[in-house]
Amino acid sequence: MQPFDKHTGLVAPIDRVNVDTDQMIPKQFCKLLTREGYGKLLFFDWRYLDGGAPNPEFILNWPRYRGASVLIARDNFGCGSSREHAPWGVLDYGFRVVIAPSYADIFYNNCFKNGILPITLAPDQVDELFRRTEAKEGYQLSADLMNQTVSDGNGLLFRFEIDPFRKEILLKGLDDIGMSLQHEAKISAFEKSHPATAEMFEPVDLYKVEN
Amino acid sequence: MAPRTLYGKIWQAHLVREAPGQPALIYIDRHFIHEGTSPQAFAGLKAAGRKVRRPDLTFAMMDHSVPTRDRHLPILDETAKAQFDVLWQNARETGIRLFDMHSRNQGIVHVVGPELGITQPGQTIVCGDSHTSTHGALGALAFGIGTSEIEHVLATQCLQQFRSRTMLVRVDGKRPSGITAKDIILAIIGKIGIAGGTGHVIEYGGEAIRALSMEGRMTVCNMSIEAGARAGMVPPDQTTVAYLEGKPFVPRGNNFQAAADRWLSFVSDPNAQFDTVVELDAARIAPQVTWGTNPGMVTDVTARVPDPGQFADPVLRSGAEKALEYMALRPGTPIVDIPVDRVFIGSCTNSRIEDLRAAARVVAGKKVSRTIKQALVVPGSRVVKVQAEQEGLDRIFTEAGFEWRDAGCSMCIGMNDDILPPGERSASTSNRNFEGRQGRGSRTHLVSPLMAAAAAIAGHFVDIRDWNVDGNE
Ligand code: SF4
Repeated sequence: MQPFDKHTGLVAPIDRVNVDTDQMIPKQFCKLLTREGYGKLLFFDWRYLDGGAPNPEFILNWPRYRGASVLIARDNFGCGSSREHAPWGVLDYGFRVVIAPSYADIFYNNCFKNGILPITLAPDQVDELFRRTEAKEGYQLSADLMNQTVSDGNGLLFRFEIDPFRKEILLKGLDDIGMSLQHEAKISAFEKSHPATAEMFEPVDLYKVEN
Repeated sequence: MAPRTLYGKIWQAHLVREAPGQPALIYIDRHFIHEGTSPQAFAGLKAAGRKVRRPDLTFAMMDHSVPTRDRHLPILDETAKAQFDVLWQNARETGIRLFDMHSRNQGIVHVVGPELGITQPGQTIVCGDSHTSTHGALGALAFGIGTSEIEHVLATQCLQQFRSRTMLVRVDGKRPSGITAKDIILAIIGKIGIAGGTGHVIEYGGEAIRALSMEGRMTVCNMSIEAGARAGMVPPDQTTVAYLEGKPFVPRGNNFQAAADRWLSFVSDPNAQFDTVVELDAARIAPQVTWGTNPGMVTDVTARVPDPGQFADPVLRSGAEKALEYMALRPGTPIVDIPVDRVFIGSCTNSRIEDLRAAARVVAGKKVSRTIKQALVVPGSRVVKVQAEQEGLDRIFTEAGFEWRDAGCSMCIGMNDDILPPGERSASTSNRNFEGRQGRGSRTHLVSPLMAAAAAIAGHFVDIRDWNVDGNE
């Protein structure tokens, strides 16, 4: 996973509560076998018209938001399906930072697995970011994970909270599977004494294909 | 020791490692995977040169994209076929048990797990699917995970987890006739909102929950995620034990007794503290129908489509406006006046035998309205399908004009060819009415199996309580 330290970029707003992961990457694209290539599919149904042409009304298609890498959003961002295709799409589109007043649990967690920094700010702070983004074309924000700040170089400076463990993982781009595997001895010891694994079910052969 | 919740007990029983300031490492008893979210996890595992630690605790299912018509025909959807091939290959290479689409035990993973007794009380269960919360109906801690976490569980059989907050949702009183588990959970979501359970694990309790069958409890727990909670659970009791006895993966004889005794210890202690408590009175719940584009946009069948102007919060108001525009509904329209194009009875929420029996009671001897373009019944598993056929339910449905299909997710998500066309409106027993969920531009109304069946007959929503369906309790 690519580490996250600091990032400065153009801000794009999605002014809608409860944006669900079905909206980010619709199900027909959850049949692909890779982790890459979802950027062009992000917000597919909003972004493209029926014939496949870009929908000029959808905000990410506005020329002023082209190349955005900081996404500001509303409450309960990423609700619904657990599909990690959603953060893959967010990242592949070019977003490294998402800022919202609240997130759905699974999406929030999935962001950290993919080097995306999901920042939580108070609703009035997010309101302020929406105002500034809409007021000024080319509005940029800087996110500094080490110092836990968001700033716009124009007087705005917000501090955000983040779990210290998750912060460290992102800063260093750590492989959490590798970290867990260091506790192999503990896992093995646990397995020996744990009823649900020690006492397995009756052997029933359901494996073979029955036509 | 301080009194503990059911969640606290399962958590404690699965702690592999705890360290201050870090997530705990918890052991996972059962890992379900399906064709949709697992391919990238196996690819990642291979790329890192890692092995599946416990193939014996991992169960693979084909459900999301499977055809529900004749499975012996070639699969024309190349991307779906590639998913099946990859799952098949991954299962073969790693020794994971696979229920492929020709297995007689195939079905939606959240129907099959409990039905075969793979899911048991006191377990930790994960799957790359947010409706894994369903398995909590048996008193397990079950939740959905992302693909990176699937890879983590494949490699370690553990998960890094922070402890959740707990919420008790108590539904007291008796459920009136015509009111189902689906109406209870929709009413709960309507009350606490779709983010009301965020950060929480829900325990459902109270007389109305205890009175539910296992199928009903699964319907309730299934939609916990629609209230924002990753997991929902019902403490195991004699209903749970009776349900599990004799299931293929459940211990037998003396071992069964020992297992049952252990299962029954997984209940919250008296006076256990919950971070949040929500109370509902079952007697006051009416049949529920969603009108918008998330499950919290729900109302009584006797009500009208709300006026967005009634929401004081500007963000909620604009959300309701967008939803009504998408749904092509006018404020003030009585719910019972909304016509329906297609009816879908199925999904991991409502496709179990009891759901099908309830729907069959409504349609028996009647005909699907001529204004309905399609009425589908899709059993949640092949075991349910066979059972329903033995009971003659398939004939009741087909004689009424329903299509009777093979098991899978089907029109809940439209990843196979069971798609709700643009602009069309469904009465659906599934769990999500998001924009485009059942097909691009489609409009979904979530209801109970009784309400969906009645809408198929009437061509529009009706108050099922007016119909006097036999055995409606
Ligand atoms: S039935 Fe629907 S909600 Fe359930 S697992 Fe399948 S797609 Fe997901």
